[in-house]
Amino acid sequence: MKIFLNERKFEIAEGTTAFQVRDIIKKDADIIVLNGFIIKEDMPLKENDRLTLIKRGEIPDKDELEALLIARHTPGVHEKVKKAYIGIAGLGGLGSNVAISLARIGIGRLLLVDFDVVEPSNLNRQQYFIKHIGMYKTCAMKDIIFQINPFVNVDIKNVYLDENNITEIFKEVDIIVEALDNPYSKATLVNTVLNKIPEKVVVAASGLAGYFSNNTIATRKIKDNFYLVGDGINEAKVGCGLMAPRVGIAANHQANTVLRIIMNERDV
Amino acid sequence: MIVNGKEMNFETEITVDELLKSLGLDKDKVVVEVNFGIVPKEKYTDRILNREDRVEIVSFVGGG
Repeated sequence: MKIFLNERKFEIAEGTTAFQVRDIIKKDADIIVLNGFIIKEDMPLKENDRLTLIKRGEIPDKDELEALLIARHTPGVHEKVKKAYIGIAGLGGLGSNVAISLARIGIGRLLLVDFDVVEPSNLNRQQYFIKHIGMYKTCAMKDIIFQINPFVNVDIKNVYLDENNITEIFKEVDIIVEALDNPYSKATLVNTVLNKIPEKVVVAASGLAGYFSNNTIATRKIKDNFYLVGDGINEAKVGCGLMAPRVGIAANHQANTVLRIIMNERDV
Repeated sequence: MIVNGKEMNFETEITVDELLKSLGLDKDKVVVEVNFGIVPKEKYTDRILNREDRVEIVSFVGGG
């Protein structure tokens, strides 16, 4: 009977259990992942099961690392996610969080677009480190993604997006995440995508400042190719700043919307 | 006509541009959809709305 052990084909006798395989192959493995889920009790294996054996704290070589990263990705999801090419417009509080979530689920390819550099005032909500201050956000985020999942292909563009360059920049991606700060830029991006490249899907955000209720942040499907996240009301202004928790909630609404679209779940 | 799910009445014919003004919305911060089609910004002053139209206006606020 065939199973996948650390993502490679492996023959076992019928009735063999997960722990029996561990005892033969990697006796010191203390994390046993079966079909994307860590198991604590022994289980018999079935044809085509995916079993991964991990020794906690051991840093694997690059080939083995990819197999181990894949282990926690739900089978059937990984193959689709790996083929997706997602553009992220803006790498502030929204974009930096979206980029990391998509990297962690093993997205195949990302296009990161931002014109700005990391500043100390960004660190209240954006996923950069002190060592990144002064770097382009695109380069800093590429560095972070490489530390999380080096198998994501990351393209970067250090440009200010406007109606003259949006179509060209995003022409190859499947889905565009609008993660800009300025409301005029947000409207320009969404209008340009919907009018000029309507075959793309855009996932935008509006209304995520402050520490208002979690539950007013929602995802709405405005059109087949336009999703909108946020409370629609609370803008960043004097006395109502952007803060990590609520920006993170909105960003992960966007990231999960991207994942759902990839998986062909088009309702919200 | 129906604007963002709510019925609105106007005495005379109205363009998208005039509707946005009457709602106090900035035309550079919105996406306007009429009967499920996006209206390009350069058409806001020409596009006349009829009483049967369903208008959806998404207005962006800052923060990201």
